Amino acid sequence: MKAALSKAQLESDIASRFGDAFKLQRARAEKTVVETLSSGIAEIDALTDGLPRGAISEIFGPASSGRTSLMYSLLAYATTHEETCALVDTNDVFAPTAAAVAEMDFDRLLWVRCAGNLEHAFKATDLLLHAGGFGLVILDLGDVPAKDARRIISSWWYRFRRTVEDRPTVLTVVSEEACTRSCAALALEMKGHHPITVNRRGHYPRLSA
Amino acid sequence: MFACIYAPELSADFSLTEFAYNFSPLVEEVRRGMVVIDVEGCELLFGSAYQLANEVGQRAKKSRTEDGLESEVNVAIAGNPDAAIHAATRLKGITFVSPGEELTCLGAFPISALDYSLINLEKKVVDEILETLRLWGVRSFADFAALPVAGVSERLGQTGIKLQQLAAGKTERHLRTKQPAPVFAHSFELEHALTELEPLSFIFARLLHQLCATLNAYALATNELCVSLRLEDQTTHERKLSLPYPMRDHKVFLKLLLLDAEMHPPQAAVRSVSIACEPVKPRVLQNGLFVPLAPAPDKLELTLARLAKLVGEDNVGSPTLLDTHRPDAFTMKHFTLDTNVRKRRKAGSSRQRVISNYPSLGFRIFRPPLRAIVQADQGWPTQISAWGKQRSVYGKVVNVAGPWRTTGDWWRDDSWARDEWDVTLERSGQQTLYRIYREIKTENWFVEGNYD
Repeated sequence: MKAALSKAQLESDIASRFGDAFKLQRARAEKTVVETLSSGIAEIDALTDGLPRGAISEIFGPASSGRTSLMYSLLAYATTHEETCALVDTNDVFAPTAAAVAEMDFDRLLWVRCAGNLEHAFKATDLLLHAGGFGLVILDLGDVPAKDARRIISSWWYRFRRTVEDRPTVLTVVSEEACTRSCAALALEMKGHHPITVNRRGHYPRLSA
Repeated sequence: MFACIYAPELSADFSLTEFAYNFSPLVEEVRRGMVVIDVEGCELLFGSAYQLANEVGQRAKKSRTEDGLESEVNVAIAGNPDAAIHAATRLKGITFVSPGEELTCLGAFPISALDYSLINLEKKVVDEILETLRLWGVRSFADFAALPVAGVSERLGQTGIKLQQLAAGKTERHLRTKQPAPVFAHSFELEHALTELEPLSFIFARLLHQLCATLNAYALATNELCVSLRLEDQTTHERKLSLPYPMRDHKVFLKLLLLDAEMHPPQAAVRSVSIACEPVKPRVLQNGLFVPLAPAPDKLELTLARLAKLVGEDNVGSPTLLDTHRPDAFTMKHFTLDTNVRKRRKAGSSRQRVISNYPSLGFRIFRPPLRAIVQADQGWPTQISAWGKQRSVYGKVVNVAGPWRTTGDWWRDDSWARDEWDVTLERSGQQTLYRIYREIKTENWFVEGNYD
C-alpha cells in the first residue's frame, strides 16, 4: 500500500472516476481572466497587462524614479475613460498644474488631502473603498518616510484587499518602499538609475519597471 | 353617489369646503358657496345617503362654534355630480335623485339653466346651440333629452351631444377634488433644551421621516435641506445642506445632518428644531450599458461628508485650475459626478486619452515650499540644503538647468517674481530632481518640489 500519492496520480485517479466533469472544472479554472485597467503607458501595459481590478497594486521606488509620472498617467487614462477616481494624498503633494499637462479630467477626480496624517489617509481610503463605484483609488504614500511606512500594520492591507476583491476597483499604493507585503497582486518597482537630463522642454525621467 | 351642497346666502367668512370635509374627504369646490362631495362609503358614519343629506342640512344651520354655517343650504344627492349640481341649484331643501331617474327631477328645468361650464364649453358655442334649440321649440331639459341622439349629433356635433347628456343627467366624470397644499417644513418644540447631539438625532429622524413621507406622497425629491435650531440664548442656528442630486431617503438625510451638526455644532442648547426642504422633481437617469460603474449618488454624498469630517471641508473635492500663471494656483470645488456621458462629450470635457510611450513628467509639490540655503558662487546653484518638519533636501548639485524667470500680478500686493532652476541633487549615490527658485524681491531660496 502506498504511503503517499503524487498530485499527478491523484488527478488521474479523480479523472478516471469522474471523467469529463473534472476536466471541465480544470479548464474553467485555467481560463479565469483578470480584468485590468490600462496604465496609459504602452511599456508598462506590455509588462503587466494593466493593473488588476479588485486587487491592490503597488508602485514603489525612490524619489525621481517616475512613480508620480506613472500615477499621473494612470489617473489621466482612467479619468478620461469615464472611471471615477480618487486620490488620497497623504502629504498634500499633488500638483494640479502639473497634472493638467497630463490631460487629466479633474471632474472625475476626487482629491483628498490629508496634510501628512497617515491615519487620516488610511481611514479616507477605507471610506472610499467601502463607498464603492470608484474605478481607481490611489493611496499616495510617496513622501512618507520608509521607517513610518514599515510600521503600517498589516491588518490595514488585509482589510483593503478584502474590501476590493469583489469590486471593479483598482487600489494603487504609491510608496518609497514596498509596504503592502503579500497583499499586493502587482508590485512595480521604479528605478531611476539612468542619468537624467534636466530640461523642461520635452525630456522626462526614464522609467524602468 | 354624490351630494351637492349649495349655500346661496353664505357669509364671506365661512368656508363651505371646510364644512364639507366634515362629511367626506373627497370634495370638489364648484364655485363659491357650492361644493360636491363623494358620499360613497359614508354609510357607516351617517347612515343612508338621505340621512347624510339631512345631517348636512341640520348641521349647516348650527352656529360657527358647533362647526356649522349659520345658513340654510340646498342638498341634492344624485348618481353623478352634474345632476346633483343642477338639482341643488334649482331645488330648495333636500333632494334625492334616484340613479336612472334624473329626468323625473331635472326634466322640468328650463334649457337656459344648463350649466355648460361643468363640461368646459365656451359660452359663444353654447349660446349658438341654445339659440338653435329655442328655434326648434326645445324649452326644457326633458325636451332636449327626448331628441334623437343621431339627429343631435348630425346637426349640433359633439358639443350638442355633451349638452344633451348634461340635460339628461347622464354625464360621467370624476370629482375634481381639492387637495390641501402640501407642507414641506416640519418643526418640533422641545420641553427641555437639548445639549447633546444624540438626543437631537431622534428629533431629526422624526422630522425627516415626516418630510420624506410628504415628498414620497407627491412623487417629489429635494436638493436642499434647511435646518433651523432655536437656541436657549434666543439665537438661531441655521444650516443649509445643498445636495447635488434630488433625493428623498430620510436615512441619508439623517446621516448628512448629523455629520454637518458634528462639524458645525450649535453654540447653545437647542429649544426647537425646524427642518424645511425645497421640493423638486426627482432625477431620472438612464445609465449606459458601456459606461463604467460610478458611486451611487447617496453613498457618494455620505462618503464626501464623512471625508470632510475626517480631513476638513477644504481638503476634499475636485481641483480646479485658476486662470493665472501664478504657481500652484487652484481651488477646490465640491465633487459631483456628471453621469451624462453624451452631454460631457458634447461639451468637450471628456477627451479620451490614448495609451502612449511618453508619460507626462510628474511633479510633487511641497506645501509650503522649503526654505533653502543655496551656494551659488559661480552664478548657478552648486550646493543645497533645506530642512522642513516632514522632509529635508540637501546635497551636491550635479546637474542644473535654468534660470527661468516668472513674474505676475505686479499691480497687486501679492505679486510674484522669481527665478526658477531645475537641479539634480546627488545624495548617497541617488540622484533626485528638484525645482528650486529664488524670490527676486527677498533673494531667498526655496525648494518647490521634486520631479518624479
